[in-house]
Amino acid sequence: MSTSTDTTPLVTAPDSNPERPPASPFLDGVRQYTITLAFPLAVLVFWHFATYGRKYSLIPPPSEVAWALYDLAVGGINDDAFSQTLHLHLVASISRVYGGFGLAVAVALPLGLMIGRIPFMRQLLDPTFQVLRPIPVTAWLPLAMILFGLGPRSAFFLVFLGAFYPVLINTIFGVRSVDPRLFEAASMLGCGGSAQFFRVVLPASLPAIFTGLRLGLGFAWVVIVVGEMTGVQTGLGAIIMEARQLSRTEIVICGMVVIGIAGFISDRVVMLLGRRLLRWSPGHA
Amino acid sequence: MRDTMTPIVELKGVSKQFELQGERIEAVRDANLRVRKGEFVCLIGASGCGKSTLLRIVAGFEQPTRGEALMWGMPIGGPAPDRGMVFQDYGLFPWLTVRRNIGFGPAARGRPAAEVRDTVERFMSLVGLQRFAEAYPHQLSGGMKQRVAIARVLANDAELVLMDEPFGALDAMTRERLQDELLEIWERTGLSVMFVTHAIEEAIFLADRVVIMSPGPGRIDSEMPIDLPRPRDVSAPNFNDIRRELAHKLHSDLARKAA
Repeated sequence: MSTSTDTTPLVTAPDSNPERPPASPFLDGVRQYTITLAFPLAVLVFWHFATYGRKYSLIPPPSEVAWALYDLAVGGINDDAFSQTLHLHLVASISRVYGGFGLAVAVALPLGLMIGRIPFMRQLLDPTFQVLRPIPVTAWLPLAMILFGLGPRSAFFLVFLGAFYPVLINTIFGVRSVDPRLFEAASMLGCGGSAQFFRVVLPASLPAIFTGLRLGLGFAWVVIVVGEMTGVQTGLGAIIMEARQLSRTEIVICGMVVIGIAGFISDRVVMLLGRRLLRWSPGHA
Repeated sequence: MRDTMTPIVELKGVSKQFELQGERIEAVRDANLRVRKGEFVCLIGASGCGKSTLLRIVAGFEQPTRGEALMWGMPIGGPAPDRGMVFQDYGLFPWLTVRRNIGFGPAARGRPAAEVRDTVERFMSLVGLQRFAEAYPHQLSGGMKQRVAIARVLANDAELVLMDEPFGALDAMTRERLQDELLEIWERTGLSVMFVTHAIEEAIFLADRVVIMSPGPGRIDSEMPIDLPRPRDVSAPNFNDIRRELAHKLHSDLARKAA
């Protein structure tokens, strides 16, 4: 682009012209979906042509993955050990993700509120958490296996750990950044002391807490695969590991796809919940 | 019945010092002030004259370093609903609707729900906010927000309303409207008002009495009763005379300090 000296403002690009006649809602919808789907479709097409019909390709083409996913879900194609098992693995993973996440919220939320609000608790606990926080969850794997043995309890623990810090850190941040003016306003209106906790601190820090919940749940889905590689029989991480050992790469990709979709849906649920609860917040409305 | 001779607010030799980055700042030195019930008092002065600090001491947000701050002859121990504060930055609860912001005080003090509802309705109509009852603060204009803030302290039975440059962030038109509305409410309810401003015209338009403060250290310099009948006309010659006199007092304070 050349440096032009003309005076027309740059923002008046033809597309953003407010006087453009409004397109029909249908065409507008089609346009939106086209934009949204263009990139994933391009990736699929590229994947297809890079792998299809090549005998020695280590990566199966998308069509093969689709059939494998169908077989994994409803069976009737391969009828092997993987057929019709998807729901078992999905339920196992979801229950670990939400169990570990739920426990993390149950511990991190009150802890974060206390650390944020009570100086003594902050002095007592904050340094420890600050040092423990940078340790990646994967580094806890050996220790988790010693503490909880091989199996679902280790997976549960790792998910808990993965979701714990985002919730804790964001809750502390939310509580610490409540506008001091609101405490003054509450106390001059006759709401003082511990009553401020529920009437001011909690609602005011809700946006930050929700950010923590979203991040925490996201991490829970990230960690679940590592957690289920510790020798559990079911779970999306477990089938990925098993399929890898059997060189069933199409099943590995199926596991990846299902985790992606499940993680996406659970994020959407939290986001919609947040939108309802945070209607008042300009950043969330 | 309260003794009519007892002032609603009395400051006796109030001084306030702050520690700021290891330095001792004298925000207010030896301030003496009496506010009668139903009186509208404006505190005016350049920035740093301690007018906001004085207001915050009356609110109970700050304790005087020396001297006494009394309400109805009793020492002010901390913030309480009988002294409502209206902040320049509104201080509304962003997660509550207009209705619930106004009802915050009564609800927090455990009033029955039906009573809270009636009180809220009454004060919403007093400040003309019924149409916005279910709106959140971020959806309101500055003038609307300040109406909510005023209704909020009135709904909480405040006898004394403390206003810290409440209209300073508003545009001129909105400011004039709110000044009119405030006077109307004040005349109707018999409230006492302490109003901090740095705008000379605003002080003369609103106050029964203007208290002139000067900085470095902040102190009360003089007082000036405003005897003009209401509603006051800012373009009247006698209004202008007072404006000139007050401006002169304020500037001579500054000049004396510079000398």
